[in-house]
This record gives sequence, structure tokens and C-alpha cells, in this order.
Amino acid sequence: MHAYESDFREPLINGLDKNYTKITDDIVGPTERTYKGWWPLMIIFGALAGLFVFCLGWTVYYGIGAWGLNKTVDWAWDITNFVWWIGIGHAGTLISAILLLFRQRFRTGINRAAEAMTIFAVICAGMFPVFHMGRVWMAFFIFPYPNTRGPLWVNFNSPLLWDVFAISTYFTVSLLFWYSGLMPDFATIRDRANGKTRKWIYNILSFGWTGTAKQWQRFESLSLVLAGLSTPLVLSVHTIVSFDFATSVIPGWHTTIFPPYFVAGAIFSGFAMVETLMLIVRKVFNLEDYITVNHIESMNKIIVLTGSIVGIAYITEMFIAWYSGYLYEQFAFYNRALGKYWWAYAWMMSCNVLSPQLYWFKPFRRNLWITFILSIFVNIGMWFERFVIIVTSLADDFLPSSWNYFTPTWVDMGIYIGSIGLFMTLFLLFCRFFPVIAIAEVKSVFRTSSEVAKRERALKDEKQNGGFVGHTTFGILDKDDK
Amino acid sequence: MATQSNNYLLGLWDHEEVFLHAIEHIRHDGIEIYETLTPFPVHGLETALGYRDTRLHTAGFLFGATGTTFALSIMSWVMTTNYPLNFGGKPNWPLPSFIPITFEMTVLFAAVGMVLTYCVRNKLFPGYIPRIFDKRTTDDRFALVFDIEGKSEADVEQLKAVLSGQGAVEVKKRIFSENE
Repeated sequence: MHAYESDFREPLINGLDKNYTKITDDIVGPTERTYKGWWPLMIIFGALAGLFVFCLGWTVYYGIGAWGLNKTVDWAWDITNFVWWIGIGHAGTLISAILLLFRQRFRTGINRAAEAMTIFAVICAGMFPVFHMGRVWMAFFIFPYPNTRGPLWVNFNSPLLWDVFAISTYFTVSLLFWYSGLMPDFATIRDRANGKTRKWIYNILSFGWTGTAKQWQRFESLSLVLAGLSTPLVLSVHTIVSFDFATSVIPGWHTTIFPPYFVAGAIFSGFAMVETLMLIVRKVFNLEDYITVNHIESMNKIIVLTGSIVGIAYITEMFIAWYSGYLYEQFAFYNRALGKYWWAYAWMMSCNVLSPQLYWFKPFRRNLWITFILSIFVNIGMWFERFVIIVTSLADDFLPSSWNYFTPTWVDMGIYIGSIGLFMTLFLLFCRFFPVIAIAEVKSVFRTSSEVAKRERALKDEKQNGGFVGHTTFGILDKDDK
Repeated sequence: MATQSNNYLLGLWDHEEVFLHAIEHIRHDGIEIYETLTPFPVHGLETALGYRDTRLHTAGFLFGATGTTFALSIMSWVMTTNYPLNFGGKPNWPLPSFIPITFEMTVLFAAVGMVLTYCVRNKLFPGYIPRIFDKRTTDDRFALVFDIEGKSEADVEQLKAVLSGQGAVEVKKRIFSENE
């Protein structure tokens, strides 16, 4: 009763020794022992997370003056980091929601870790807008609530307020989606556990899941609807983030292209981050059979697509600035490419537009070293994109006597590097205690898309058709035997 | 839980297609299945078991509609009645700029409401201790559970034979103690 699957397709689960127990062993195994490199990494990134806390504490104590902001450039690394982290988060939702709606089975190998990455990235992202307010203890003012200060409400027309709703909804829904998928897998870990404490902890985490037919029926309904909700949600989040800029009157920000351009950039950087992490995870945890070169190639195809969309957006912005005949807009873009921040623009262009073009060629898409290096380049490029948009547009404003240059202070740098530390600390904890691949979902594609299943079908056909084997028997092998 | 039965017969399968055929045969014979346990969502299982469609998505729609109404009415009341501000003479009820928040609240209400409903209906909450019939049903076994409380030994033997005949790799009794 397996669904249609062409045997021309590469298997999603490699290895002829695979069966359901082996899948459980391979994925749950890493949560049952500590890997050699785990503690050193945890100490390094934990220290960086400590730096994050320290620098934020310093900011609160000293005030926003601790950052390199000045009268002209009043948003810089803070909002750059915010947009960068939020963008990284987008890949997780795209993989788990949009690819689910499009029935892309390759998502099963990478969705769990990508969703975890989404949640950790949104946690990092959320810190920046909160702390850039300065008086953090008054951060709750951003929520609309009845208060004793007379009728006083937030401005529902402001994109900054829309952002509050978008980010908090995005975080909540991603967390629910991720956790509802984790429950069955925690139950798998619980039922394998030897120690009493371990069993007790994983039972709490699994919410007492057993896997009855009715539970699974509701599970499937829930994941489908959550995917349907998350798909417009993820597109709306970066759209609203881009409104923060697009609804302003700053040349270089005030453009209608921003929403699609930001969304494409977000998916672009998110997939790059997924690749950076997954290439390490699959190696360290010996999960090469589940996160195959085929998975990497599929992600690289999305990277070349979104990278090219971003490239077209850069060029379109340039063209429209010239075509508009609007002097200030023209200056903003001329200044962006050739002004005092030309080096940031060069980083952005070469990392985001040029480097992914390698992926038009199959050998590059399937080369793991090139993928790893490029995935880091893409994230550097996407950070510079946000920096270029924010800082170059502000630094040279309408009033030449106010023109200024932004130089980050050690606190700026500490917060940025520290946020990477926080992200990696959370990700390392996830890798240590949580199943990094969705066990149940991988098992559900085992009969259709694994190497074992494809071989079984080929052998069956060989018997029936006398020597007509496997991957060349299109049509005969693919019939749905329902 | 005195009313709940403590004696069960368990049939375990190792291949979902055999398992699905077995369910069809067993239901055709008119034998009542107490519970069905699988390690992952098996395609076509609820059809084979004759389950009616879940109404969870309807609940999701209702929660979403609540969110839409809630967001729109709060914003409309604040901007027109409780705190009408003059933004350069612009309208006090700017519907287009309510769209983002209305959308976000719709999604939030639908998602949170659905997950809560899902947990309640599925008896899922942190600390719930479920009855585990066989540990391998979250690993590699597909199980059918039959309530044999008060059934004669001959009936049980006959049921065992049916299960083995339908390709069950293992058939065994599962007897819970009172406090389990």
C-alpha cells in the first residue's frame, strides 16, 4: 500500500542493513552517550553565551551608549543581527511546513534539526529588539493591555508593533509544531530507556504518548493544519520585518520590493545555516545514511534559486533607483555600492549573488566541502546584506552635515558573537538530548523511499520479468499496488 | 481504575502491509479490536479500522475565527472609541493596517487552540503515565490489542490462532496488575 515513488529517485535512506529497529538505534543512539567532542564544544560556546549575557548586562547597566550608535546611525548591528537571526529561522519552517504541503519526502531527514534551529534562531533574534529599547524592564509596554495611564494604547498602525505580534506568534507556532512532532519520538526513547530516571524524564517529555491509531490520526490532522498555518505565517513574518524599513521615508528603505526580497533572503540564509549544521551533525553522529548527499543537493537547489532571486532584487533596486529619477534614491544606491561602505557591498554581492551560482553544476551541488564553505559564505553575505541596507541608508542621510560613520564597539561585537554562542549552546543541548531526526517520519517513508525497499521491489520484478532489474524498469516498478 | 480491564491479548506484526490486511480480515470476522498501536502513522490505518474522520481541523477553524474576531474587535474599539488619535487626519479605522495583526492572531489562536484540543483528546500532558502494552510498539512492532477480560480459555485460543494465521509474528497475553 505504499504511495507512488519512482525508482529513478535516489533513496532517502541509504544502506541495505536498514530496518525499523536499526533506524531507532541510529537516531536514538547519540542521545544515549556523550560524544568526545561534545564537552569541549559546549565549554567554548557556553563561554560565548556567557559573553552574550555579560555584554547585554553591560548594555543595560551603561545604557545604549555602550554601542557604537551615533546621532545619524541609530540602528546598526542590533537590528542587523535581529533581521539576520530571524531570517535564519525561516528555513526550518519552510522545510517542515512548505515542503510538507508540497509532499517533498526529503524533508523527513532534516526537518527536526531545522525546526530546532528555527526556534533557537528566533530566541537569539528576539533579544535584539528587546535590548535595543534600552530600558528593558519596560519592554512590556509594547503589548496592548488595559492600563491605569488613562486610555493609552499602542499604535496598531505601526509595523514595529506588527513585528511584536509576528515574532511572538512565529515563535509560539514553531515551538508547538516542533514539540508535537517530538512527542512520539520521546516515547520511542522512553521505551528504550534502561534507567528509571531516564524513563521518567522522557515520559514527561513525551506527554505520555503511546501511538494509538486515534492518536496518529489526530497527529496527522494536526501537522497538516499547522503546516498550512505556518506557511503563510513564515512568509508574513519576514514581510512584516521588511515593513519596518519599507514603510519609512529613508531612501534605500522605502521600496515596495522589500517583502519578497526579504523572504527570499531569509530562506536563502536559513538553508545555508541548516547545511552548515547538518553537515557536521551527519558526520559526528554517523547519520550519513539519513541525511544523504541527495538531501544536500536538494537544499543546494533551493539555495541557488533563492540566491538568484536575491541577486535579481539587488539589481532591480538599482535599476528602479535610476529609473525613478528621484535624486535621493539614486544617491542612496550609488553610495551603497561605491561610497564609504563599498567593502560591505562587495562582500554582500560576492557571497550572496556570485558564490551560489556554482550550484548550477551538479558536481558542485554534491560536493560536501564546497557546500560547507559556501554555506558559511552565504551567511556572511546575508549578514552584510542587512548591514548594508541598514547602515549605508542611515549613515549618509538628507543632511550632509550629519553624515557619519558607524564603528562597532566591543560591546556590539560581544553581543553578536555571544548570540552565536547562545545559538550553538542550545543546538548542542538539542543534539545531546533530543532525537536530531524525526524518527517516526523517517520510518513512514522507509517502505517507499529507502534503498532496502527499492531493492526489494527490483528483486520482485526480476522474478516476475526475468532479469529485468531495478532502476531501469520505469513503469513496472512504479505501479501503485493499492 | 477498577472498571478497566486488566487482561489483554496482544498480536504483534513487523510489516505494515501484512498488518493492514490482518486488520481488514479481523474486522471482517467481527472481532472487536480494543486498541491499535504503531510506531509511526501508517497510511490507510484509520480507513482499515473504520475510524471516522477527526474533527480536529474543524476545531482549528473555530479557534482561528475566534482569533480573527478578537483581534479585529479589540483594534477597532481601541482606535475608534477608547483612544481615537489623529494621525495627520488619516481615518481612525484603517482596515488595511489591521490585516497583519489580525492574521497573526488568527494563526496564533488556531495553533494554540488546536494543540490544546489535541492534547486533551489524546490524553497527552506532562507526567501522564500511560499503559504500555509492549515497548516495541514505539520501535518496530505494529500491535493489535484485544480485551480478554472474562473470556473463556477456548475463545482466547481461537483468537490466538486467528492472529497467527494473519501473519502476527508474536501473540501473547498482557496482564496488568491493579496499580498499573
